[in-house]
Order: sequence, then structure tokens, then C-alpha cells
Amino acid sequence: MSTYSLSETGAGPPETATQGLRDFLRVSGPGVAASAAWVAFGLSCLLWEDVGDWSRTHSLGIGAFVVAAVVLLGTFSADYLGGAGRALRIRAPWLLALGLYFALWEVATAKFAWLPLPFFPPPQAIIEVYTDDLPKLFDSVFASVKLQLGGYLIGAALGFITGVSIGWSRRVGYWVHPVLRFIGPLPATAWLPIAFFTFPSSWSASTFLIALATGFPVTVLTWSGVASVSSAYYDVARTLGAKPSFLVLKVAIPAALPHVFVGLFMGLGSSFAVLVVAEMIGVKAGLGWYLQWAQGWAAYANMYAALIVMSLLCSGAITLLFWTRDRLLVWQKGVVKW
Amino acid sequence: MVAAAEAITYPAAGAGLDVENVSHAFDIDGAALPVLQEVNLVIEPGEFVALLGPSGCGKSTLLRLVAGLERPRSGVLREDETRITAPNPSRVVVFQDPTLFPWRPVWDNVALGLEAQGILKHHRQRVDDALELVGLSTFRNAYPHQLSGGMAQRAALARALVNDPKILILDEPLGKLDSLTRITMQAELVALWQRKGFTTLLVTHDAEEALVLANRVIVLSERPARIKADIAVERPYPRHRGDPYLAGLRRQILGLLGLEATW
Ligand SMILES: Nc1ncnc2c1ncn2[C@@H]1O[C@H](COP(=O)(O)OP(=O)(O)OP(=O)(O)O)[C@@H](O)[C@H]1O
Ligand SMILES: [Mg+2]
Repeated sequence: MSTYSLSETGAGPPETATQGLRDFLRVSGPGVAASAAWVAFGLSCLLWEDVGDWSRTHSLGIGAFVVAAVVLLGTFSADYLGGAGRALRIRAPWLLALGLYFALWEVATAKFAWLPLPFFPPPQAIIEVYTDDLPKLFDSVFASVKLQLGGYLIGAALGFITGVSIGWSRRVGYWVHPVLRFIGPLPATAWLPIAFFTFPSSWSASTFLIALATGFPVTVLTWSGVASVSSAYYDVARTLGAKPSFLVLKVAIPAALPHVFVGLFMGLGSSFAVLVVAEMIGVKAGLGWYLQWAQGWAAYANMYAALIVMSLLCSGAITLLFWTRDRLLVWQKGVVKW
Repeated sequence: MVAAAEAITYPAAGAGLDVENVSHAFDIDGAALPVLQEVNLVIEPGEFVALLGPSGCGKSTLLRLVAGLERPRSGVLREDETRITAPNPSRVVVFQDPTLFPWRPVWDNVALGLEAQGILKHHRQRVDDALELVGLSTFRNAYPHQLSGGMAQRAALARALVNDPKILILDEPLGKLDSLTRITMQAELVALWQRKGFTTLLVTHDAEEALVLANRVIVLSERPARIKADIAVERPYPRHRGDPYLAGLRRQILGLLGLEATW
């Protein structure tokens, strides 16, 4: 962090002035370069004619200039912007890389078509999807989130209860363990054909499949978590007068929670896969279905747009899970940051 | 502490302990490893008994039997006239390892027993008092991984004391403390024992600690443990570490443990 302000560096003797310039470049250089990269992106949009017919090229160029201006202003006033200023400085190299990447993308697709065109749409084509096809995209997002959330919550709850039961009770383990071994490793998507004609609706079939995909890892990890709780904890609790319910709820479950979260994380990953496949094959709604539909019309820009939304949603879900875990497991040291 | 003591549900007096012909063994690789052999021990209510013996001889095992965490292979243990078959909060153990629950802050760890028995609501003050006693009041919200080894052991001691046991079972509870804290905690322990009158069974590897604290020192043999000597320590409290009477007993005990040469 520089301790000089701009006015001071200008007023100093020559050596200090070059020193000040060097400091200024070190602190603000990446920001200025990032701004330049976004100017380049804006210019790349406006300098040449598009090879295709896209309506948002001009707005995109203006938008890039606006970003460039904001970055530049932010860089110069970062010292007065507090946390936002610091965040901008830290992210300046990324902004630089993104600006260059977009400029290259623009030139390689919309301007000179170095990449084969319908398969590699330019950025303005994707922007166009977000502005012109928003209602349909929004409906798809809503349908996906609803399906995923329902299936995941059911699967996680059932998996957790099953895992605790087998971890705790030998008799439950005797009956459930073989079933788990037989059915669990089967990919949930293998059930798809059966599920779609045995369940009354494609929605309930998909919920079942997502719950299945979530439930297996959650069950196994909860179970291993409960089984690996040190017997010393039970000894302590028992000598202090704990009843079996206390041992389960206040000893086994909290001690197993780190494992449970690993299971929830793995379950989230496999349930995303099932969600997309189920939507593509059976459910006539959701982002998976949108992708399928876009492919049918060779609307590649729509596919990329949907992919971006999907990735944001999945990443957001994982962020939410890790956030919850960090709240619940503050007692652990060295939890992984997502 | 006094105000809290009046609200206590257990009678604040010690119980007698009767260990009758107890033998115990563990199975290791199919072979039985005898650990205790015909141990006979009668402890009067309110006594402070120290157990000394070589490492691995079976001291902790005997304590687990007294706690009711395990059943002996043969023989009977009784608390007063009742046969010990399961753990009971009237006999509280401070284990060799502090084994605090890492997911609970210190205060909640200390409150564990009261919570497990469903009486925490009316006895929150007792938790505060116990933390005060072991000097951990300022760490009430800390998690166990934020404590030093000695602090963790003090927290474990508070977790036991808060239950007002009739028999307090201590497995080297002061082992990890620095010598200064240790002396303070020894004095606290004696004061507490005198005030509350619980029966105390203390395992220690330190003959001097046994002599400063206990009114009876039991010396155990190598595994399988048998009682080698039962020494009464007839000295009033507080005891002086340099007391020649205690020094004589110490020499005798170290001799029994086969350490004459180093003394
Ligand atoms: N759960 C167990 N299973 C098998 N063997 C055990 C078990 N617990 C203790 N032992 C054996 O019993 C013997 C006595 O163990 P114990 O823990 O009672 O010793 P100790 O006298 O407390 O020793 P220390 O002073 O080192 O703590 C040891 O040889 C140990 O290997
Ligand atoms: Mg031991």
C-alpha cells in the first residue's frame, strides 16, 4: 500500500518524483491497464463492421467503455473507497485478463470470423439472448431451482436420517447396509427410464432421481461419520448421566457433522448431473430442457447463455452450502474456503 | 458456590466404595491379557485415596470399572450397598485425556453433565462457579482447540465438579499442568474435597502429589495389578511438601515401585 498521495508525489524533488511514479505504477498500474483493456474491447466492437446481424454490438461497445471508465475512476480514488477500492485493486489483474479475452473473442467471432460462426457466437449474441429471451430463461431457472431444491432437500434429509440410523443401530445396519451396497453405486440416471413410467408425473420422477443421487453420498458419509466418533466422547457423556437420545443428538451427530457436509457436497454435485439429464429427457421445463431446445434450433448463443446461468446457479448453491458449513462448524480449525 | 450448594439435588456427601475380588482382562489378538487380579479395596465415604502404580499396570482400567463403563470379568464393585453395573452421574470421571467436545465452547462443555441430566436450566450458576474455580471464566466462549493443554485439563476438571459427584474419579487430572498451576489446583482440590465431602479416587504417577493430597495411598504391582501396599497418610491438611514424615513415606513408596536406586 502506498503512503504517498498524488499531490505529494508531484511536489517532491526529482528522485522522489521517479520513486513516486514507480509507487504509483505498482499500486495503480494494473487498474490502468485493466481500464485500457476494456477500452480495447469497446473499440473492437465499434471499429469494424459485424460479419453477421447482431443488434447489441453498439450497446456492448458503449458498455465496455463504461466499465473502462468505472475501473479507471475506481483505481484513482481507491484510497477513498475503502473495501470496494481494495477489492478493485485485488481484482485488477483479472479485469485486465477479462478485457483482453473479450476483445479477442469479439474480434475472432463477430469481426473476422476466425472461429466458425454458428458454433462460436460473439458476446453481443449472448447479451442479446439475455435481453430478448429473458422471460423464457427466467421460467427455466425457476423450474430448475424448484426441482433441484425439492429433490435435494428430500434426499439430504432421508440420507442423513438413514446414515445416522445405520451408524447407530446395528439392527438397522444389518437390514439397510446390503440394500445400500446393492442400489447405492448405481448411477441415479440408470433409473431414468423406469422412473419416468412408474411415477405419476415427470416432475415426481425427477424429484425421486435427484433425491436418490443426493441420498446415497449423504447416507454413506453420515454413517461413516457416526461410526468413527471416538468412544471417549460417549464415555464422557455416559459418566455424566447421558441417555441414549442425548448420545445420538448431542454427541454422535455433532461429531459426525464434518463428514455429513462432505456428503452434502458430493450429493450436490451428482444431483446437478441428474437434474440436467432429467430435464433434457423427461421434464419439459428447466435449464436442461432450454439447452435441449436451443440445440434443436441450432441457437448456439442461447446454449452458451443458459450454460453461463447454470454455472452461476451451481456455483451459487455450493457457495451457500459452504457458507452454511462455515457457520455450523466454526469449531473446526482450517476449514477449506470455497 | 455456597448459594449454589444449597440448590444441589445430590446430597453433598461422599459414598463408600467396595471393590471385591475384582479381576479383569482384555482380549488382544485372541489371547487374554490379564490386567487386574483379585483386587480388594474398601473405601469409606469421604476418603481421599490415591492409586500409584507402574505405567500400563491397570490403573485406568480399575477406574473404568468403578465408573461403570465396563463390567469386570469377575468380582463385584459396589457404591454404598448398590452394585455398580452402569455409569451414573454420582460417580464422575476426569479422564486422562481431557476429551472436551470440540464442537462446544468451554461453557457448554462444562455444562454437559447438567444438560444431559436435564437440570441445566435451574443450575446455570453452577457452571459459572465451576469455571471460576478453575480460572477459566474469561475463556467461557472459547472452543477447545483454542485452549492450551493445561487449560483443557482444567476445563475437564470443571466439567466433573459441576455435577457435585459423590465419588470423584480422577485419572492423572493434573498431569499436563505446569508445576505452579498444579500446586494451586492441588490446594483447590483438597479445599473442595474438605468442603463437599465427596469420596475421591485419584490416579497419579507422582508420589509426592499422592502424599500431599490423599489420606490413603494404594500402591499397585506390575500388570496384572494387585494391591502391593495400602499406606495411611496421617497428617492434617494443608500439608507441607518438605514434611519429613511425608518424605519417609515417599521413600517407602518409591521403594515399592522399584525406584530405590534413583531416590
Ligand atoms: N480397551 C482395551 N483393549 C485392550 N487392552 C487394553 C484396553 N484398555 C487397556 N488395555 C491394556 O490394559 C493394560 C492396562 O491399561 P491401563 O490403561 O489401565 O493402564 P494404566 O495403569 O492406566 O497406565 P498409565 O499409567 O500409562 O495410564 C495395558 O497393558 C493396556 O494395553
Ligand atoms: Mg491410565
